[in-house]
Amino acid sequence: MARLVRMDRTGHSTLAEWAPGDAEAIEAAAAAFREQLDAGFYAVVSTGEGHAEQVRELPVDAELVILRRPIAGG
Amino acid sequence: MSVLPETAAVFWRPRLDDARLRRRERGWTVSTVGHTVPWLLAAAALLALEPLSFPVAAVLIVHAWAIPSLYANRGALVVRPRGRAEEGPERTALGLLGDLVGHEARELHARTGLVLERGALGVWLVGEAGALLVRPGGRRADCWCVKADGELPSADRTAHLLLALREDEAGFATVANLAFSGAAWRVRRRLAARMRPALDAARMSNGRR
Repeated sequence: MARLVRMDRTGHSTLAEWAPGDAEAIEAAAAAFREQLDAGFYAVVSTGEGHAEQVRELPVDAELVILRRPIAGG
Repeated sequence: MSVLPETAAVFWRPRLDDARLRRRERGWTVSTVGHTVPWLLAAAALLALEPLSFPVAAVLIVHAWAIPSLYANRGALVVRPRGRAEEGPERTALGLLGDLVGHEARELHARTGLVLERGALGVWLVGEAGALLVRPGGRRADCWCVKADGELPSADRTAHLLLALREDEAGFATVANLAFSGAAWRVRRRLAARMRPALDAARMSNGRR
């Protein structure tokens, strides 16, 4: 089961889960994904050890999509 | 390779690469020498002119020692732990961070609070509101001040920085502010005792002899 999680003050919240082929769940996940991007979050997926990639569309085949806030110099 | 979107907020900064970082590091070295050598020369001149002035010369030498130490202290502060959230969110956030790193890094984080991450510029130690970069050879450490917006558990703050670093290492270093660059041993002296093994591990894995 793939998950869309958002890092927040609770640790993280699972916003959506989907299985490949479950069109309804994927559509709901994509809607939640877009909503979070519109709210200013960035979506990241791991692409192998030590690498990650920012995504702007829900990657349906990813196991875990993490939403993070922007970073800035302190 | 993806470009860190946050770099758009610092459009005036040239994107960092190894050559640019080396130039900035040389600038820090020149600055350190500039802050140190005049005091040492003045101490030497005093002693040469009047040996009985050694107490004043000693004060000047202490100044020469203290100024780089104060800068190193500012650098070490970038990885100082921030306030913790409640136990539940901290545990949840720690679980996610643990999923992002391997066993060795997870164990080091549990002991030191820092996540070791190898990159093209060197070995990074990622904390909650900043990161240390141990450069190849293990002698120099660059201290970067950078943080995630908003209230987050400590492990989530670290996970934010780790993910951004993995997305785009050069972009990460472009967005972050360089708080100190200098001898790793100076930074080590100013780190909290529990964090020192992380710096040692980074130096060892980065070719320190």
